[in-house]
Amino acid sequence: MKQLIVTLIVLFVQLLAKAQDSANHVAPTPTGLAAGNKIYVVMAVAITILVGLFLYVIRLDRKISMIEKQSS
Amino acid sequence: MRQYWWKILSIVLLIYTFIAGFLVPLPYETAYLNSNLYESMRNFFFHVPMWFAQLGLITISLVYSIMYLRKPNPTYDIYATEFARTGTVFGVLGLITGAIWANYTWGAAWSNDPKQIGAAIALLIYVAYFVLRNSMPDLDKRARVAGVYNIFAYFIYIPMILILPRLTESLHPGGQGSEGNPGMGGNSLDAKLRLVFWPAVLGWLLLGAWITTLRLRVRIIEEKKHSV
Repeated sequence: MKQLIVTLIVLFVQLLAKAQDSANHVAPTPTGLAAGNKIYVVMAVAITILVGLFLYVIRLDRKISMIEKQSS
Repeated sequence: MRQYWWKILSIVLLIYTFIAGFLVPLPYETAYLNSNLYESMRNFFFHVPMWFAQLGLITISLVYSIMYLRKPNPTYDIYATEFARTGTVFGVLGLITGAIWANYTWGAAWSNDPKQIGAAIALLIYVAYFVLRNSMPDLDKRARVAGVYNIFAYFIYIPMILILPRLTESLHPGGQGSEGNPGMGGNSLDAKLRLVFWPAVLGWLLLGAWITTLRLRVRIIEEKKHSV
């Protein structure tokens, strides 16, 4: 009887240990751009669009400057 | 590129607001407890500066129209038109971004809010300005009538967008009675949010002026070609 109880306790501890184990292996906390419900992905997209538009406007500005030089 | 420091300033300010606008911590009470804005409160840094920039650009346009009527220099007329044009583009962007935001916080993209209607009417008045200006072949007459109309348009725009919505119930902040987002007026922005908002306004205004100068330079080259 004693042996049985000890065996059961050991088995139960083993179960607890397993539960602990699975609790430690939930999905890892998202970091970097994936943090904050992935809102920073939106930030990256918005900044990319902004920088692209800036490059376009700068090129346009340069081109008009060149035409101005030629025509004057 | 002649004086270009303000163009760099515009780029720096806008990139700053795009980063800080997503990173700045929101006031929890305003964003989560007292309203259904949540993270969409960050739209304040992107939607509202559209209107501020538009207001700035059409004010410059108004000044050039007055200057033309005082001293009929055709360049002033071109300046007034192009600033009004860029301003109208910003206004259309403001209307679209507002509709997107309203769809998720007020339940519908268009809910006939006094400010929405006022803004739409004001934009149509500016569209009429371009139609009117292009309808006259005589250059002198065109510039004079357009200048007078532009002054009229500006002074109907201000009550439409700033005064009338505050006199009735409005979903926008500042209205009487129940508001769509209580406590979300300009005075609910804490110091940190202001530090994002005002650079955004200046940045967009400078970008608008930059785009306008590009159009102006093209127009001036064209005029030169025609006169040669």
